[in-house]
Amino acid sequence: MIRRTLKRAWDWLDDRVGFTETFGPMVTHLVPRGARWWYVFGSATLLAFMIQVLTGVALAFSYIPSTAHAYETLQFITNQAPLGHFLRALHYYGASAMVLMVGLHMAQVFLFGAYKYPREMTWITGVLMLGFVLVMGFTGQLLRWDQTGVWSVIVAAEQVGRVPLIGDWLARFTLGGDTVGGATLSRFFAFHVFIMPAMVFAFVGIHLLGVLRHGISPPPKPGEFVSRKTYKQEYAEHIKKDGVPFWPDSAWRDVVFGAAMAGSIVILALAFGPPELGKPPDPSLIDAYPRPDWYLLWYFAVLALLPKGTETLFMVFGPMLVGLWLIAVPFISRRGERSPLRRPWAWAAVLLVVMMISTLWVAGARSRWSPNFNVQSLPEKIVGTSSGPVAAGAQLFYMKGCLNCHLIQNEGGHRGPDLTSIGAQRTKEQLVLTILGGRGNMPAYANNLTPEELNAITAFLESRGSQVGKPR
Amino acid sequence: MKENHNPNHPPGSGAETPEEISRRKFFRDISLIVGGCTALGLAVPAVGFIFAPLTRRAPNVWRTVGKVEAFKIGETVDVHYEDASPVPWAGVTARTAAWLRRETADQFVAFAINCTHLGCPVRWLPQARLFMCPCHGGVFYENGAVAAGPPERPLTRYPVRVVNGEVQIETAPVPIMT
Ligand code: FES
Repeated sequence: MIRRTLKRAWDWLDDRVGFTETFGPMVTHLVPRGARWWYVFGSATLLAFMIQVLTGVALAFSYIPSTAHAYETLQFITNQAPLGHFLRALHYYGASAMVLMVGLHMAQVFLFGAYKYPREMTWITGVLMLGFVLVMGFTGQLLRWDQTGVWSVIVAAEQVGRVPLIGDWLARFTLGGDTVGGATLSRFFAFHVFIMPAMVFAFVGIHLLGVLRHGISPPPKPGEFVSRKTYKQEYAEHIKKDGVPFWPDSAWRDVVFGAAMAGSIVILALAFGPPELGKPPDPSLIDAYPRPDWYLLWYFAVLALLPKGTETLFMVFGPMLVGLWLIAVPFISRRGERSPLRRPWAWAAVLLVVMMISTLWVAGARSRWSPNFNVQSLPEKIVGTSSGPVAAGAQLFYMKGCLNCHLIQNEGGHRGPDLTSIGAQRTKEQLVLTILGGRGNMPAYANNLTPEELNAITAFLESRGSQVGKPR
Repeated sequence: MKENHNPNHPPGSGAETPEEISRRKFFRDISLIVGGCTALGLAVPAVGFIFAPLTRRAPNVWRTVGKVEAFKIGETVDVHYEDASPVPWAGVTARTAAWLRRETADQFVAFAINCTHLGCPVRWLPQARLFMCPCHGGVFYENGAVAAGPPERPLTRYPVRVVNGEVQIETAPVPIMT
């Protein structure tokens, strides 16, 4: 009885609105039978985006995008609002999942040669959405509006400031004026919650139009070539012979994978909670240690490791070139083999990118190029004595900032070489020369040391090496 | 003329009179023109609103950071003050800082806290007499010259003056290295 009433109600609604007529053919369009688990990453990305919209809208019920209040509202959301802590975590891991899924989806499409004729535009809209996702990730990190948020804005402004001719103007556009202030956060909020999501919605639309128009590309077989003349006809025949309706024959995999992803997001959110809020967004607090969230940590490493003098060129044209190259991919390799088994260079490219990003990521997480600001003076156990010039030198080694950058038996910083056994490797003259005159990334200390201090430091350094058993 | 027709609405039997054709063309053109003008008319103020404030620079103002006696000769300290445009909703973000050193009895120098690489806040290590950057390892000597790392230019200096026994720093935009 209830069932019948419901069915009648649905039929009425469907007749007046036309759901089935409009969307029916879309959800049941034929897809190649062999499209298995490889094909779930795109829908997972879309699901992650939906999770972001849902959690984002919920967060917006309490978040105030004002430079004066955002930080406090975030503290309220995190520490007081019921479920706020969990919701923030969901939004964070949802973002992480989205970045990850975009990456996997792209790698799969690239390896399967699915970007080739006639799906060039589907690939290009995908590349543009990768850009939007990264912009959303970055702006989202800023909306936390803690100390790192503020300094990330400044770092971003400095980067766009390097663009020739309009750099200054772009930087001011980023900051919303001359400095971080009243206007800054509102514009990032507008980008993060209105402009970028609207762009994603629009481009997901175009992307899906492409998917419906050209169909899902069948898993490639070695020796099967893409040719402009015959491809469409071949695909039509193939799908007629071997196609199954997307819903439900193929969609169940997307649902299962999507549910697993959503489940993982929930578990991560419950287990680890949201990213910590740093110090307040006061630009006059100097003890800052700005680091981007994990998905941009590798780029942070790039900025630290670029050879001096090439930076402006790289910062401005690097991302532009990468973007252009990605967009050009379907035009550079448009026909021919699609099978990853016959395209070793595609594998090489993907592996190279993965390796590069993970190496840089590790480098970024360690940031060995940064001085260690948390050093303590060396204990007697390491110095080996508590009096005389060696002990005085060890104390100076700490006070003069040497220890911030150099390691002595695992104490200190990683910026410069490890000096644990420097006494065994350099003569006194060499040490004095380097200390006074500097060398590479080592500042010159000529104006900052008295002769006695210099003697003490060299005495300390000369004593390094004997401890570790290397006779001088 | 025929190729101008919208292919989605092909004219009926092909038997239109020239008047019909020109009427159709007129409707098409007028719709595009009116629609385009409306869109443009609405877009100009919206886009203008987003960009207009950027053409205006906040006037630089002098901010007092303390009495002259409060600073020891030879010492470098961070001083905090309000930036040039402290709107009511800016909160703590309206605050800014500089590294100030009293060089002689009546001479001061002020450095921007922003590293000239990508703007991170440099820290002063008083014994080492170096400014160190926490981001990518930039280091500067006490006179602001580059000592190590990726920065290429010396630390930016801000104008300082002493008026009626008070030290004043002139506000400035975040130094952008273009
Ligand atoms: S911002 Fe200071 S070294 Fe990069």
